[in-house]
Amino acid sequence: MTAPALVVPNEAKGLGSAASPLRLELVALSKQYPAVKANDRVSLAVRPGEIHAVLGENGAGKSTLMKMIYGAVRPDEGEIRWNGTPVQIASPAEARALGIAMVYQHFSLFDTLTAAENVWLGLDRSRSLAEVIAQVRKVAGEYGLEVDPLRPVHTLSVGEKQRVEIVRALMTAPKLLILDEPTSVLTPQAVQILFVTLRKLAGEGCSILYISHKLDEIRALCHVCTVLRGGKVTGTVDPRQESNASLSRLMIGAEPPPLQHRAAAPGAVVLAVQGLTLSKADPFGTSLEAVSFDVRAGEVLGIAGVSGNGQQELMAAISGEDPRAPAGSIRLFGGDIAQQSPRPRRRAGLHFVPEERLGRGAVPTLSLAQNTLLTRTRAVGRGGWLRIGDVKALAESLIRRFNVKAGGPGSAAKSLSGGNLQKFIVGREIDAAPKLLVVSQPTWGVDVGAAAQIRGELLALRDAGCAVLVVSEELDELFEISDRLVVIAQGRVSPSVPVASATVAQIGEWMSGLWPAATAGGGTA
Amino acid sequence: MSLASPLIALGLTVVIGTLLFVLLGKDPLRGLAVFFVEPLKSAYALTELAVKATPLLLIALGLAVCFRSNVWNIGAEGQFILGAIFASGIAMQATPATGGWFFVPVIVGGVLGGMCWAGIVALLRDRFNANEILVSLMLVYVAEQVLNWLVYGPWKDPAGYNFPQTITFLKSTQVPRLFAGLRINVGAPLALLATGLFWVFMFRTYAGFQLQVGGLAPAAARYAGFSSRKALWTALLVSGGMAGLAGGLEVAGPLGQLTPHVPAGYGFAAIIVAFVGRLHPVGIVFSAVLMSMFYIGGELAQSRLGLPKSLTGVFQGLLLFSLLACDTLIAYRVRWARGAPRASKVAN
Repeated sequence: MTAPALVVPNEAKGLGSAASPLRLELVALSKQYPAVKANDRVSLAVRPGEIHAVLGENGAGKSTLMKMIYGAVRPDEGEIRWNGTPVQIASPAEARALGIAMVYQHFSLFDTLTAAENVWLGLDRSRSLAEVIAQVRKVAGEYGLEVDPLRPVHTLSVGEKQRVEIVRALMTAPKLLILDEPTSVLTPQAVQILFVTLRKLAGEGCSILYISHKLDEIRALCHVCTVLRGGKVTGTVDPRQESNASLSRLMIGAEPPPLQHRAAAPGAVVLAVQGLTLSKADPFGTSLEAVSFDVRAGEVLGIAGVSGNGQQELMAAISGEDPRAPAGSIRLFGGDIAQQSPRPRRRAGLHFVPEERLGRGAVPTLSLAQNTLLTRTRAVGRGGWLRIGDVKALAESLIRRFNVKAGGPGSAAKSLSGGNLQKFIVGREIDAAPKLLVVSQPTWGVDVGAAAQIRGELLALRDAGCAVLVVSEELDELFEISDRLVVIAQGRVSPSVPVASATVAQIGEWMSGLWPAATAGGGTA
Repeated sequence: MSLASPLIALGLTVVIGTLLFVLLGKDPLRGLAVFFVEPLKSAYALTELAVKATPLLLIALGLAVCFRSNVWNIGAEGQFILGAIFASGIAMQATPATGGWFFVPVIVGGVLGGMCWAGIVALLRDRFNANEILVSLMLVYVAEQVLNWLVYGPWKDPAGYNFPQTITFLKSTQVPRLFAGLRINVGAPLALLATGLFWVFMFRTYAGFQLQVGGLAPAAARYAGFSSRKALWTALLVSGGMAGLAGGLEVAGPLGQLTPHVPAGYGFAAIIVAFVGRLHPVGIVFSAVLMSMFYIGGELAQSRLGLPKSLTGVFQGLLLFSLLACDTLIAYRVRWARGAPRASKVAN
C-alpha cells in the first residue's frame, strides 16, 4: 500500500468522527481482472440517509464496485469500513447480515410463484408464509409500493416486479440499499413514484447507492455523486450543483458531439403493418392486438414502451422469425410478407438488428467472419460453396468502416465487448444497403461514444433514403433520432405523433396504455 | 484446452485401466500391452485394426453432423442394423452369373436402409415433435427384433442346420479386398474419403454452415432464416446413411452373411468416438482407431489373459467418463462447501 492511500482514511476518519459516523466507506479498493483493472484505488464515502449516485459508462467499473460491497467479488487491495469498523465481506449472505441489500437490474424472481412466495424464499425459514404476507403488505403500504402479495409474478408488469424486488430488499430493514440501473424498465411516471419511495427511505436514515448513467435522474434525486471512468474516480460532486454537460465531461472526458438531425423528407410507404393480431407463442409473452402503423422511406419511426409490452413479439413478426402473422397484415413495398421466412424478406431489403447480440444477432463461438454469413450471402458461390477469402474481406471491411475494436476477422464474437459487437452487427446490416432497417434496442449496454456513433449511422442511413424502425426503452434516444413516435403498451400500438410536437409527459402517459382512441389506424398524425 | 481434454482422458483411462489389471491380479504391463501394443504389432494386426475402425469412423462422422446441428441421434446402432438388412436382402438376389460389380447395389442398399430408419426419426420429430433421443434409441430395439425375425424366419438358410443365419453370400457380392489374404477392403479408403467430404461439407459449404449455426445458436439460426426442419432432415438422413453404409460394408465384407450377431455395438461406440474426436473429422479418425484398439484388445485379453471380453466395454466407459469429467473440470472449479449452504442463496 502506498502513501496517498494511507492519507485518505485518516482524513475521512477525522471527518466521520466529527459529524455522524459514515455508514459505508471504501478506501482505495482495487480489483484486477486478467485483461483489465476494473477498479483502481476507488474511494467512496456514504453517510447515513444519503442518496449517493455512482455514475459511469458501461465498463467504468460500477458493477465490480457494487459486487465488492455486496460480497460477490473480493477486492485485491483496499478496505471496506462499515459504520467505522473495517469489515471483510466474503459473501452476499454476510453483506445482508450487515444490513446491505441490493436490487439488481435484471430481476431474479420465479415467475410461477406469487410475490409473497418470492419474498419468502429470500428470508430465513423461521417465518411462516402468512407472516410474510402480512409483512409484505405492511412494508408495501409504508413506502407506497403497491404490490399484491398473492399475485403470481408472471402476471405482474415490469414496474410491479421491481416493486417486489424492492419490498424483498426492505424486508430485512437494510441500512444500505444498492439499486442497479433501477429506472431502465420504468415509465417516466413510475420513475417519479420510485423517487418518492427512495426519498422516504433516505429520510428514515437508510443510505442508498444509486447506480445509473442517466444524468437527469441523478441530478433530481441524489445528494452526492461519485463519477467513475476507466475504473478510477474522476470526481465526487454535488449533482444538484452540476449541469448535464459538466457531469458527462467527468464521465466520458468530453461531451458527446451533438447529432446532426436534419429535417426528414419522408417518401413512399415502405413498411405497412395493418391489423396485425397475433396470439402469444409462449405463455409469458404478450399477444399483439390490431397493431397498425407504417414506416416511410427517409424517416425514422420510433416505438416507445416499457419492455415486455409486445416489442419482442412485434419484432419477431416483422423480421420473419415468427411467420404466423395473418396474411396481408405486414406489407413491404406493397407486397405481402406476413408469412415469409426471414431470408426472402432480407432479399426484399428488410434487415433487422435484434436486441440480443450473443446467440441471436451473432453466434458466440464463431468468428466475426463466419458471423457475416448469417445475413450476408455475397461470399456464397454457386452450389453453396463458401469463398473464404470474401467472407474474411467483408468482416475486415466492417471492422474498419465501423471502427470495431477486435483482434481481426478471426476473433470469436463472444470475445468482443458488448458495444463493439453491437457496432459490428449494426454495421453488418447497414453495409447491406437495406431499404428498411429494423433495430431493436440499438444502444443497450453500449458506452456513450459507441452509442453516439450508432445513432449517427442510423441517421445517415435515413438521410440516404432508407426507412428506419427503432424500438427502444430509452425515451431520450427515441426523441433524439426519431421523426415520428408510436407507443406500444399491452400488445397494442398507439397512433403516431411527430417528435417535434410530442412531450415526454405525453409519451410517458401513453406508455401505460392511455392514449386517445379516436385516431386509430396508425396514419401520420 | 478443449483439445487437450481427450488426451488427458486417455491418460486417465490408462491409469485406471492399470489399477484394474492390478486388482484382477494380472500383470498391468502385459495387460496394457494387449490393448495398446499388440494391435499395432504387425501388418495383419494393423489391417484388423482398420477393419474395426472403418464402421466406427463412418458412423461417427455421420453422428458428428447430427450432434453439430443439435440433433441427438443415438440410434445409429439401429440404422446400422437396417443397413445390414437391406444390403443382405440385395446380396441374396445375386446368382452365380452376376459380376463383381454387384457389391455396389448391395452397399447402396445399405445406405438406403439406414436412411429409412433415420427418416422415421426425422418424420416423428418433424410431424409430432417427438423427442429424437427416445425415438432413435427405441428404434434400435425394434431393428434388433426385425433382424431376429428375419434370420429366425423367412431368411433362414435352409441348409444351415437350423442356425439363425442367412445363406453365405456369393463371392460376387463381396466388397473388393485391398490385399489378398487380409480382411481389409475398400471400405477403409471409403471411410477416409468420407472424412475429407465431411470436412468440406461442414467447413466450406453454406449448407454445412447453416447446420452448425442451428446447433450452436438456434435463435441465431431463426434470426438468419435457416430452416430447422431442413437441418433436422439433412442431419438425420446423412447420419442414417452413414450408419447404413457401415452396416452394408460389414455384411458384404468381413461377415459375408446376416446373423443375429451383426450388431456389435458399433453404433453406440461411435457416439463415444464422435465426442472423443471433438466432432472434428481429424479427431474422429484418431478416436476411431483408439476405439478399435479397445475392441481388439478386449478380444486378445480374453484369449491371452483369460479376462472377459466385456473389458472392451469397460475401457469404452472409462474413456467416456474420463472425457466427461475432464470437460467439466476444465470449465468449472470444484469448491468444497464447509457447512450447509445458506438458504438465502435463492434470493440472488
